[in-house]
Amino acid sequence: MTASGPPIRLLPRTDGEGGFFWTSGADGRLRFLHCADCGRLAHPPAPRCPSCLSPDVAPRPVSGRATVHSFTVNHQQWIPGADPYVVALVTIDEQPDVRLTTNLVGVDDGEVRIGMPVEVVFEQHEEVFLPLFRPLGEEARPLGEKDSDPTLPPTGGTGDRGPR
Amino acid sequence: MSADAPLERRAVISGIGQSAVGRRLGRSDLDLTVEASLRAVADAGLTRDEIDGLATYPGMGSGTPGFAGPTTPDVQDALRLRLNWHDGGGEGPGQMRAVIAACLAVGAGLARHVLVYRTVTESTAQGSGGRQGIGGGGGSGKLPRFSGFLQWTLPFGAVSAVNWIALVAQRRMHEFGLTREQLGEIALNGRRNAAANPAAIYREPLSMEDYLAARTISSPLCLYDCDAPCDGATALVVSHVDYAADAPHPACQVNAVGTALRGRPSWDQFDDMTTMAARDAGASLWERTELTPGDVDVAELYDGFSILAMVWLEALGFCGRGESGAFVEGGRRIALDGELPLNTAGGQLSGGRLHGFGLLHEACLQLRGEAGDRQVPGDPEVAAVANGGGPIAGAMLLTRAR
Repeated sequence: MTASGPPIRLLPRTDGEGGFFWTSGADGRLRFLHCADCGRLAHPPAPRCPSCLSPDVAPRPVSGRATVHSFTVNHQQWIPGADPYVVALVTIDEQPDVRLTTNLVGVDDGEVRIGMPVEVVFEQHEEVFLPLFRPLGEEARPLGEKDSDPTLPPTGGTGDRGPR
Repeated sequence: MSADAPLERRAVISGIGQSAVGRRLGRSDLDLTVEASLRAVADAGLTRDEIDGLATYPGMGSGTPGFAGPTTPDVQDALRLRLNWHDGGGEGPGQMRAVIAACLAVGAGLARHVLVYRTVTESTAQGSGGRQGIGGGGGSGKLPRFSGFLQWTLPFGAVSAVNWIALVAQRRMHEFGLTREQLGEIALNGRRNAAANPAAIYREPLSMEDYLAARTISSPLCLYDCDAPCDGATALVVSHVDYAADAPHPACQVNAVGTALRGRPSWDQFDDMTTMAARDAGASLWERTELTPGDVDVAELYDGFSILAMVWLEALGFCGRGESGAFVEGGRRIALDGELPLNTAGGQLSGGRLHGFGLLHEACLQLRGEAGDRQVPGDPEVAAVANGGGPIAGAMLLTRAR
C-alpha cells in the first residue's frame, strides 16, 4: 500500500535548541545548524560546532535531498486499527553522516530500497513542519486532503489528516 | 593479583538468586526483589547484616510501566540494610552498569558485599493489552510535546526500540546479505534451550516454519525476533575476591568489563548502524584481559531482539564483522554441545525479558556447573555476558574462580 505515516503525530517541543529545525519548513526549506568556521553541519543542534568547537553556528538551508540508509515497515498496531507505515533513516546529501529518522511517503511500501534517492516534503501540525521524504522527482501523490499540499495551514488537531 | 591488574578482578559474584519468573504474576516489584535478594544473599553464604552495598539499574522513574523495578531506597528499607555504598541509575554501559559499579566499589574498598538487582514487572503492567510504545498510545486530549532524543523519533511513529532496531537489521541485510532464516536461528536456539529451563516463559517447540510465518512487528523483525515481557527479579552478590574461598558455591571471578562508547551516543547518528555501541564495549573488553574470544566456553548475549545477539557475536570477536549470519547458520555451532553455546537458558526471546540480568544469572549457573539439563558439557571455565542494544552496551567476562 502507499505509505503515509503513523496515525497520530507525537510532536516535538519547539522552544529549545531544536526549535528552528522543527519550524524550518514554514518556507519549504530544510535547515541544519551550519558552522561558519569548518563548514560542517551539526545535528542534532548544539551550542557550538561539535567538530571544531566554534561558536559561530547558525541554521542554513540544504537542498532537501537525501538517500535512504535503512528503513522498516511498522506493522505493530501501537494504536488499534492503524495501517502499516514506513520509518526510514535517511542521510542528507550535503553531509552523509547527518541522518534523520523520518517517514517515507508517496511510495508503495514494497518498493522502498536502501540507496533510494528521496526529497523532503513537509507535513504541518500546529507550528511544527515535520520533514518527511518522498522518492526524488515524483510529484506528491494525494495522501489525504491535507497532505495533498504540504504548505497548507493545519485544518484540524494533531494527526487529523482526513480520509485516505 | 598484580597491582596493575584491572580493578574489577578484585570482585567475584559470590551468590545469585532469582524470584518466581512468569507472565502476569500480579506481585509487586518490591516483593519479587526481596524474594530474589534473600535467595542471592543465602546463596552467597551471607546474612543481610553482612550486605553493605546496594545497586540497581535503571533506578527511579525510568521507562514504561513495569520497567524500572523498585529503587535502592525501597529495597534498603524493606531489608533494613546498613549500607556503606549505594547506587542506582540508568546512564552507563547498559544494564550491566549496576554490576560494574558494584565491582568498582568492592575494588575500591567502599563495600565488601554488594547486593545488585534488576526487577521487571512489564507483563503485569501491560495486562491483557499489547506492548506499549514509548510516549504512550495517544488517547484523547492534548498530547505532550517531546524533547531530547525522543523528539527525533516519536513524531515519525518510531515509538519503540523494535523500530530503531529494525533499521539495524534491515541495514545488515543490505550490507551483509543477512537472511530471515539466519535471524531465525537465534530464536530457535533460544527456544530449544528454554525447553530445559523450568522458569522459561516459552518452552514449546518452535520450528523455522513457525518463525517465518509469524506476524511482522516492524520489518524485517517478526514476533519471534522480540523478547517476551515477563515479571521477575534477579539478584547477585558482588563480593571482594578474598571472600571467594568462603563462598558455599564456586565464585565467579570477574575477569574484565567492557564499557566503552566511542561513537556518538545516539540511535540514529552512530557512525556504523550495523553495530553501534556493542562494537566499542566489545573492543574495550578484550583490551582489559589476556583471554581471547577462543577461550570463551559459553556466551550469554543480549537478545532483547534476535538481531542484537548477532551484533554481539561480531562485537565480541566470535566471528568477523558481517559474518554472524553464516556463523549461526544451521544452529549447530551455537547449540548447547556446539563450539559456542549461546543463551543456554533460552535468552530473553524464550526465557523472558529479565533485561540482561537473566543472562548474568545463567552465566554463573553454567560456570558453577549447576545448570541441570541445560548444563554445557566439559566444565565451562569462561563465560562472556553482554547487555544492551543501539547506543547502550556493556560486556563482562567471568571465569570460574579457583
